[in-house]
This record gives sequence, C-alpha cells and structure tokens, in this order.
Amino acid sequence: MALLRYESQVRPPLVDGSKDYHQVTEDICRPVEANPSRLWWIGFLVSVALLIFGIISVTMEVIYGTGQWNLNKTVGWGWDITNFVWWVGIGHAGTLISAILLLFRQGWRTGVNRAAEAMTIFAVMCAGQFPIWHMGRVWNAFFVLPYPNTRGPLWVNFNSPLLWDVFAISTYFTVSLLFWYSGLLPDLATLRDRAKVKWRKAFYGVAAFGWTGSTKHWQRHEALSLVLAGLSTPLVLSVHTIVSFDFATSVVPGWHTTIFPPYFVAGAIFSGFAMVQTLLVVTRKVLGLEDYITIEHIDVMNKVIVLTGSIVGIAYLTELFMAWYSAVGYEEFAFFENRLNLSSPYGWSYWIMMGCNVLSPQIFWFKKMRRNLFVTFFMSILVNIGMWFERFVIIVTSVYRDYLPSAWSTYYTPTIWEVGFYMGTFGLFFTCYFLFSKFFPVIALAEIKHILKKNGENFKDNMDEVEEESTEEFGEKHGHDHGA
Amino acid sequence: MAVKKFVVGNFDDEAVLFPAVKKVRRAGYKIHDVFTPFPIHGLDKAMGLRDTSLHTAGFIYGISGTATAVGFITWALTIDWQINFGGKPFFSLPAWIPVTFELTVLFAAVGMVLTFCYLCQLAPFVKKDHFNPRSTDDTFVMALECTDKTSETEAMSFLQTIGAKEVKVEYKETGWWLGRYDKDTMRFQKKEADH
Repeated sequence: MALLRYESQVRPPLVDGSKDYHQVTEDICRPVEANPSRLWWIGFLVSVALLIFGIISVTMEVIYGTGQWNLNKTVGWGWDITNFVWWVGIGHAGTLISAILLLFRQGWRTGVNRAAEAMTIFAVMCAGQFPIWHMGRVWNAFFVLPYPNTRGPLWVNFNSPLLWDVFAISTYFTVSLLFWYSGLLPDLATLRDRAKVKWRKAFYGVAAFGWTGSTKHWQRHEALSLVLAGLSTPLVLSVHTIVSFDFATSVVPGWHTTIFPPYFVAGAIFSGFAMVQTLLVVTRKVLGLEDYITIEHIDVMNKVIVLTGSIVGIAYLTELFMAWYSAVGYEEFAFFENRLNLSSPYGWSYWIMMGCNVLSPQIFWFKKMRRNLFVTFFMSILVNIGMWFERFVIIVTSVYRDYLPSAWSTYYTPTIWEVGFYMGTFGLFFTCYFLFSKFFPVIALAEIKHILKKNGENFKDNMDEVEEESTEEFGEKHGHDHGA
Repeated sequence: MAVKKFVVGNFDDEAVLFPAVKKVRRAGYKIHDVFTPFPIHGLDKAMGLRDTSLHTAGFIYGISGTATAVGFITWALTIDWQINFGGKPFFSLPAWIPVTFELTVLFAAVGMVLTFCYLCQLAPFVKKDHFNPRSTDDTFVMALECTDKTSETEAMSFLQTIGAKEVKVEYKETGWWLGRYDKDTMRFQKKEADH
C-alpha cells in the first residue's frame, strides 16, 4: 500500500481526534458554510474602517504630494519603505511553508499552508502599495515597466536593484497567487459539491474551474505542485535578497554590507512566521479548528522562530564586528554612534529591535513556552514590532546622519498621513484575510485527507500493528474481505 | 450526441480501491476514470496512466523566459539605446541575473498553470461530470465504460465482490466534459497480469 509509508510513532499526530474523511470535510467546511459570527463582523468592519483611513491618507498624499509625509532631504525613505520591507518580509512565510517544506516533506505544513499562503498574497499586496505611492506622481507608475515609449525609446535600467525589485515582487506575487489558487481548486470543488444554496453553487461552480478529482487530473496537479514548489523555493529566497540589494548595492554606511541577503532572508522568515502565529492562534480558536492546527504546529513554528531569530541576532553582531574591523570611520559612526549608543537620537529604536528580535525569542528554547498559546501570541506581536524596528533602524539611522554633517537632518517623525497609510495597509490585509476565512477553506482539505492515515490520531494508534505486516498481507487483510 | 453506458462503483477506502483497480484491469474491463477526493500516489500507475510530461513543458517555458530576458536586455541596452551606467560595460550580464531569473520563474509558472488548465480542460464556468458529488468528499468513484460485449450485471457483481459499497449503471452523453484518457492510458501489460 503506497499510502502506508512508515511514519515514526515518536512523532505526535498532526490531526487530533477520531476523524474519517467525511468528518474532515465537515469540520473544515463548517466555518465557510455557517453564517459569519458577530466576532467576524466586528473584525471585518474594523478592518474596513482602517482601510478607509488608509485610502484617505493616500488621497491626501496624491493631492498634495509626498510633502504630506515628513520625509526630508536626508531621510528620503522613512516609514513608507520601512513598511514596504516589513510587509514583504511577512510575505515570505507562506511560500516558505508551502514550497520549501513541501520539498522537505514536512507533513505538518498541510495544517497551516493554505492560510499562510493567503497571508503571503495579502502581505505582498500591502507591500506593493508603498513603493508605488512613494513615487509621488503615481499616474506615471507604469514608467517602471520596459515598454516601447516616445522617449527614444528609452528603456528602464536593468542594472538597477530598484528595477530588479519590480520584477521580483511582481513575479513573486503572480507565482504565489497561481500556487495558492491551483491548490485551492480541489477544495473549492468540495464546497461546490456540498452547496445547497443557489448563489453558493454558482460561486463555487465558477471558482472551482470544473474540477472533478479525476486520477489523471490529480497526476498532473501533483506534477504542477511539485514543479511550482521547486520554482518558488529559489524565488522566495531571491525576493528578499533583491530587496536587500536595494540597500546593499549603495554606498551608504550601514547598508553597504555583503551579509545583507542571508540576513534579510532569515529576518523575513522570522517575521513571516510571527505573523502566521498571530493569525493562526486566533483563527484556530475562532473557527474551531484546534484539531487541525494543533499545539504541535504552534510548537514547530516557534522552533523556526527561535532559529531564525538567533540567525538574525548573529547577523546583528556580525555587522557590529565588521563595522569595527573595517576601521572605516563612517561605518563605525553609523553602528556605534547612530545605533548602538542609546543616548543618540534614534538609539532607542536599535535597542527595541535587539530586545524584540534577539533576546525575547530565546524564551522558545523552553518547550512549555513554545506550547503556550498566550506566550506564542504575545511573542508573535513582539517579533512583528521588532522586525518593523529592524527596517526602521536600517533605513533611518543610516541616512539621517551620514557623510556630510551639514546635510544631517533634524529628527524625523512621521505625519498622521504617513501613519494612516500604514494603518490602511493593515486594513487592506485584514479585510482580505477576513473575506478569505469566510469564503475559502482556511485549511487545505485534500492535503489533510492525504496525510490523515499516516498522521491522524485514530490511525496512528494502529500503526504498530500495520507496520508489522508486509504490503501484500495488508492488502489481503484490509482489502479483500471488505465489501462482498 | 452519442450516449455511453457506465457501471459506477463507489468505494469508501483507498486500501480497497487499489487492489480493486488492478483486478478490474486484469479482468479486462475498461476503466473510464477513478475520481478521488485527494491525490493517491501510485493510483495512476495502477490504472496504467502514462506519466505526465507537464514537467518538460515547464522546463521549456522556463528556458524561453531565460532567453527572452537575456535577449531583450542585451538588445535594449547594447544595441537599441546604450546608456553609460557608471562606466560599466554595456553588456553587463551579472547585473541582469536577477531579472533573468525572475522571468524564468514567471514564464515557467504561468506557462505550466495555463497548460495544466488546458490539458485538464479546467476554466471558470466549465461544468464537468464526475458521476458522484461525494467523490470530492470521502468517496472513491470508479467508472467502467461499457462496450457492446460488456454484461452490466456481471460488471456490477464483479465490482461488488472486489469491495465496492454501492454500484449503479449510468448513461452519459459523451463529450469533452467526460474527459478523454484513451491516449493517456497504456494497455494492460502481461507483466502486470502475472503479478
């Protein structure tokens, strides 16, 4: 039996409770088919309100120009690019979970991948807003595309990291969307076939693309998922690498370092997993999916958080060492005066970053803490704050005082519209997430069924006995005398 | 429109389905298709389906993305409009690696998904027939195609003996919505029969 590959007894089950396939369908479709709860409406409306605030803020910026933000001659990238990098970083966990963990055959990914992928797509949508609106004259945004134009034609600069970013982010968004949606097709078909109301039948009928579950289709679907995973794996690493090139290829003290690509990628995974935790700790509770997103899943993701947090910590220390070892005055000034020195204008932000990203995740060395939902939730928020400050530290403390003291800026603080724009992307993100959790199954149905017999609690108990049998014996015993 | 007759058996366990598929083929029945709620590894082999060459298509799309990127950038920056970026050579390949890589991935992914949808005939507003709506929930549905020689009562009782929970005969109008797998299916091999 190909379906009974060896699965260690030491590994705890990934699906709790005594379930069969139909029960899995029922459990996961219930939140989609039930009426939205009061909690859902409150969350949704708050998100929409934030989104409206964001739209107003952006409108102000379009009407009056980027002067509406407190950017100045020296700090040309402030909250906006900080937020851009922050959101892109968050957008890394989904594809990491669905692609890299698929290649590594990590069974636990099935419980969380669908929601994490959705989160990725929404986070990248939010990230994309910042560079676009930061252009100021946003109606000329299409200038970043290489298209035949009346200016020569003058092409875009393919040697520039900012252009690489255009390609990286748009490709990442497209591929993540395709990966996510192709995985959703079978689950949408399940919802279509269960639908009783007319609009549901129509909606899921269109959305499921006519999926049938034919063996030939599954064979192609598996091939597609595997290749898309293979493509997404280097892609997810490339995206934050290229974002880090925006900084690393410049000659600004504090940015001009070769460790930026791996350091940014580790940071992206770190913040992405934190956001996944924030969402899933709440989602599993509200939608009653504790049997599928188990403490085991939370535990594993916390291990990833402590690992990547420590990698980020080593990167911070390496930066400090290299600044000292380089003996370049500007580098030393950027690190030891602008950042490390608590009494310098922005010194506080460096220490928030250190505290949230490096020190606080160390609590996850303790199993008890990893499996505690409150600690997990609290920590995930801390990490998100810490990672936001990391980008803020990199951007602002490097540029506000660099080579020329006469060009040093006064203290940079954002305006309400800058903050409003950031809040607006939260609105966008959560509006999308609430709609997703209402209309789509937040757990990959077919994939859970696929691992159920290996990892389901009720099946796992019987594994000992089954493993003793050879394939033929099993077929004889459980196969033949079933129906007749 | 021609109408075809199918004997449809519903199974509730993939461990039963596997040997059943083999026996059905050994007995000489023609399997139209097996519909399952989730992918079952090895079932395609058991049914004698050919491997998909979607991977190869993906590779070709990827290569064409690479070629497009390198070709276009080379033309744009060395022939059409040369710009001196900080004294670097016009043909500065290392700086083009990121865009080349991204376009490779983009072409491969988009091309593969479109090919997948084309091959499986999947698109919005498409309606297809999969015999039993529970085949996307918890039922494994095997549809046998009846020819003139097939005795449906025999086929039904055969399906029952090999573990089908529920068996019925269905008539369907033939067409693309039923799927066409004849080209993808290999003849039952002697080797398999001996097994």
